[in-house]
Order: sequence, then C-alpha cells, then structure tokens
Amino acid sequence: MAHVRAYRVLPAFGLSLGFTLAYLSLIVLVPLAAVVLKTATLSLPAFWQAVTSPRVLASYRLSFGASLLAAAINTIFGFLLAWSLVRYRFPGKRIVDALVDLPFALPTAVAGIALTALYAKNGWLGQYLEPLGIKVAFTPLGVLVALIFIGLPFVVRTVQPVLEDLDTEIEEAAASLGARRWQTVWRVVMPTLFPALLTGFALAFARAVGEYGSVIFIAGNLPMVSEITPLIIITKLEQYDYVGATAVASVMLAASFVLLLIINGLQGWTDRRSAKVR
Amino acid sequence: MAIATARADQRSGAARFEQNAATRDPPWVKAVILAVSLGFFALFLLLPLIAVFVEALRKGWSAYLAALVEPDAMSAVRLTLLTAAIAVPLNLVFGVAAAWAITKFDFRGKQLLITFIDLPFSVSPVIAGLIYVLVFGAQGWFGPWLSAHDIKVIFAVPGIVLATVFVTFPFVARELIPLMQTQGRDEEEAALVLGASAWQMFRKVTLPNIKWALLYGVILCNARAMGEFGAVSVVSGHIRGQTNTMPLHVEILYNEYQFAAAFAVASLLALLALVTLVVKTYVEWRSAEIDRRGEGP
Repeated sequence: MAHVRAYRVLPAFGLSLGFTLAYLSLIVLVPLAAVVLKTATLSLPAFWQAVTSPRVLASYRLSFGASLLAAAINTIFGFLLAWSLVRYRFPGKRIVDALVDLPFALPTAVAGIALTALYAKNGWLGQYLEPLGIKVAFTPLGVLVALIFIGLPFVVRTVQPVLEDLDTEIEEAAASLGARRWQTVWRVVMPTLFPALLTGFALAFARAVGEYGSVIFIAGNLPMVSEITPLIIITKLEQYDYVGATAVASVMLAASFVLLLIINGLQGWTDRRSAKVR
Repeated sequence: MAIATARADQRSGAARFEQNAATRDPPWVKAVILAVSLGFFALFLLLPLIAVFVEALRKGWSAYLAALVEPDAMSAVRLTLLTAAIAVPLNLVFGVAAAWAITKFDFRGKQLLITFIDLPFSVSPVIAGLIYVLVFGAQGWFGPWLSAHDIKVIFAVPGIVLATVFVTFPFVARELIPLMQTQGRDEEEAALVLGASAWQMFRKVTLPNIKWALLYGVILCNARAMGEFGAVSVVSGHIRGQTNTMPLHVEILYNEYQFAAAFAVASLLALLALVTLVVKTYVEWRSAEIDRRGEGP
C-alpha cells in the first residue's frame, strides 16, 4: 500500500497545500517565532530575572491557581449540566442547551462588564454578598468568577456527546446484575466519561490561563493580589519594556504548548474510550 | 413517515433514558441535579446576559439610542464591520483550502499541520497582539522600514485586522476538517470520472456536502472577529474615532464611568452573540436532519 502510490485524481493538491502553508506561516508561525527570537536576545540571568520577579510570580500563582480552581468547578457543574441536558426532560431545555455556548459567542469585554455589574459592591448580587463579608469584584474571587464563566461550555460540550453516545445496554447489564443505581453510575458510567471529563477540564484550564478581557474589569488588577499574567504583559508593553513583556509571554507560550500536547493526547483517549464502549 | 418518527425520536432523546428502569434516576435525584445544574446555569450564564440589557436600558430608550448614534460609537461599529469583512473571508478561503489539502490527499506531517492550525486557539489573545507588535511595531523587525515608508500597522487599522485574523484563524478549518474526513473522496472522484471540471466538481459536489459546516464555521469566526478584545487592545492604540472597535469602545466608556452608554454598545454585541447562537442551533438542527434522512454523510 505504501509503495503503490495511487495516481492523484483530485485537483489542486499543490495549490491548496501551498496556500495553506504560506498563509499559516505568514499569519501564525513567523510572528510566533518573533517571541522566541526576541526572548533569545536576553541573557539567561536577565531572562530569569524578568520571568521570576515577585510581581510576575504572584501573577502566575493567581492565573494558574484560579484557572485550576475554575476548571475544577466547571468540571463538576459542567458534568451535572451535561447530564441534565442528555438524561432529563424539562421545560426550556432547548434554550438552556443553546445558551450554554454563550461564553463562546459573547465578547469577553461584554462578559467582563456584566459580571462586574453583578458582583460590584452595589451590584445585583454584590449588595447581598458584601454584608456577609464576601467581596467578589476587585478581588481574586472575581477572577475566579470570570474564569468560571468562560470555561463552562468547554466541559459541557466535551462531555455531552460522549454521554449521548453511551449505550443504555451497559447500564441495563449492570442493573440486571444487581447493581444499585449509584453503583452503576459510579462504577460503569463514570469510568467511561472520565477521559471526556479530563479533556473538558484541560480545555477549560487552557482557555482560562490566557484569558484577558472578561477578567480585567472584575479583577481590580492590584499588583501582587489580583493581577493576572496576561495583564503583566500588557503593562510591560505600555511601559515600552518589550523584552520583559516577551520574556513573560514566552513562559505563557511554553505552558500553552504543553497544554496543547496534553489535550491532543486526551482527545485521542476520549475517542478511543467511547469507540470501545459503543 | 420515517422523518416524523425520527423527529419524535430526537425530541424524546431524554425519554429513552427516563422510560428505561435501568437508566432512570430516582425522582428526588433528578430534582436535585436539575436544581443544582440549572441554578449554576442561571447564576453564571443567564444572569450576566440579562444584566447587559437591563443596565443598557437603565437610563431609558432615548439615552440608549443616543449612546449608539454618537459619532465615536458609529465609527467603532464601522471599524468592527470592516475588520470582520476582511478577516472572515480570508479565513474562509484558508479554511476551505486547508481542509481540502488535509482531507483529500495523503502527505507527511499532516497531523503536525492540524496541530499548527489549532495553535491560535491555545495562545492567549494578549500574546496574539504582542507578536504583531514584535514584527511590525516601532522596535520590531519591519518597524524602521515601515516608518521610513510612512506605513502604520501597529496602532492602526492593519494591525487590528491582522490580530483579528490570527485569533479567528482556525474556526472554519476546524469545522470542515472532521466532516470532510468522514466524507472521503469517492464522490469527487466520481464527478471527475464522469467528466466534470474541477470547478464543477467543487461547486456541485463538495460545496453542497459541506455547506452547513461552512456556515457554522463562518458564524463562529464572525462572532469572534467582531468581539475580540485582548489581541485588538494590544495593537489598537485606542484612538477614538479611528482605531476603536466596538469592544474597545465599551472599555473606554466603562472606564469613564459612562456605564449606561458602555452597556448600550455592549448590548449590540450581546445581540450579535444571541443571533450567532440562534443560527448555530438552526444549523445543528439542519445537519442532524440531513443525517437522519440519509441524504448526506
């Protein structure tokens, strides 16, 4: 098969691949290479100092910490939402199903000001939370709320199709063998869903780490407290510290690449696992 | 008749589980899970959406309309439309070309190419802006040459368009590739063998097969192009009336404490998001319908 090269019947292979590679290089690869090359102009100690200054370290803790927590919360509630959408009948289901994608479609700046309007001191929800001593807007908690908003659809949309494709037979088999309902869900359904849940978690986390628009309005952006890493990059750029901005960006890019590889692996695992069950 | 049954099946998708003793949850479990998940949905998704419209109309309809027809707002709308009008067609052509090359031919490094196409999704929007500053900015690779020829890319419209093209890069390709992979190449080959020209084959065989996925990709691409904030914010320079897109205009108004005006402009973007979701739902329903009738893949 490998040696017998089929004659290409379909047209425009060279044209389409050539255009694809040229456009990809011009728009994505060459500009991204600029980050690497610019970072390479820094000496190692200077680079290290730029990416590990206390303010930058605090921003990593916030960005990665809040993103992990938001992704974990989204995994739990995203699973419950996916379960409700697939397994239950309830009024307004179609509308709920369509609106789950809202964070994909709503511009992040709009989400940011809307969340701030809700959680600010005199806001819709803030006025009830503040007397209880819970401050959301302009604190790290606000960052968490924004990251939950933007990450939710990733979990729902990863888990939902797997749950839909799940054959009822395996649950019937478990029930007929005497398993209680919660045992069936815990021992039979959950292991099948596990790769999808992990993929959704990773996707939500990856998106949250780089998020900017929805966070900056509600975060308050206090250095060392509620300043996310993407904002550090912007601040450095505004101070014409291009090298410093690029150094921090290269750390974030490296994190993104690692996440991308992990997600690719997880997606392969999800596909294989659900294919086996089917 | 077959269609009617299929529809009934789809409508009662959840009934399949609820009517089966083995997959039915006890009523109290259903009630608790529905309450928790829908409560979460209402708190985190529905409430912010409602807040946009309520805050926008807080000062009444006349203030709302005044905020929209104000010259700076109008120019932001125009720039946003212009940006989308350039970025979406470019990424549409790219998406079709990339999907064609990847799904209809075998070549080495295909998987790597797919990963590269997805790359802009995993890059922070702020970095998407930064890379163009590094290439075209005053201190960038082409900075000196550009300023010698009096061409502005960064802090000008071309930079905004470039950053938007970057963040919306994968949308169309991503919708087309999995679909065209399952469709294979038999139909196109048959068309050619029967004497169709390349263009006829594309227009009469390929295009009808992919039209819903194509539309879906274009809608998502457009929504992101019009709504992008982080990447555009880095390269825009925030010059009112010149390099302000709608999301940037929202930010400026908000930071000036003109909340009602900020939410008024934001409500236009929220409407766009709602229209996007409606079209998306329709497209999904259409392609599911085609699937069931067995007309397509």
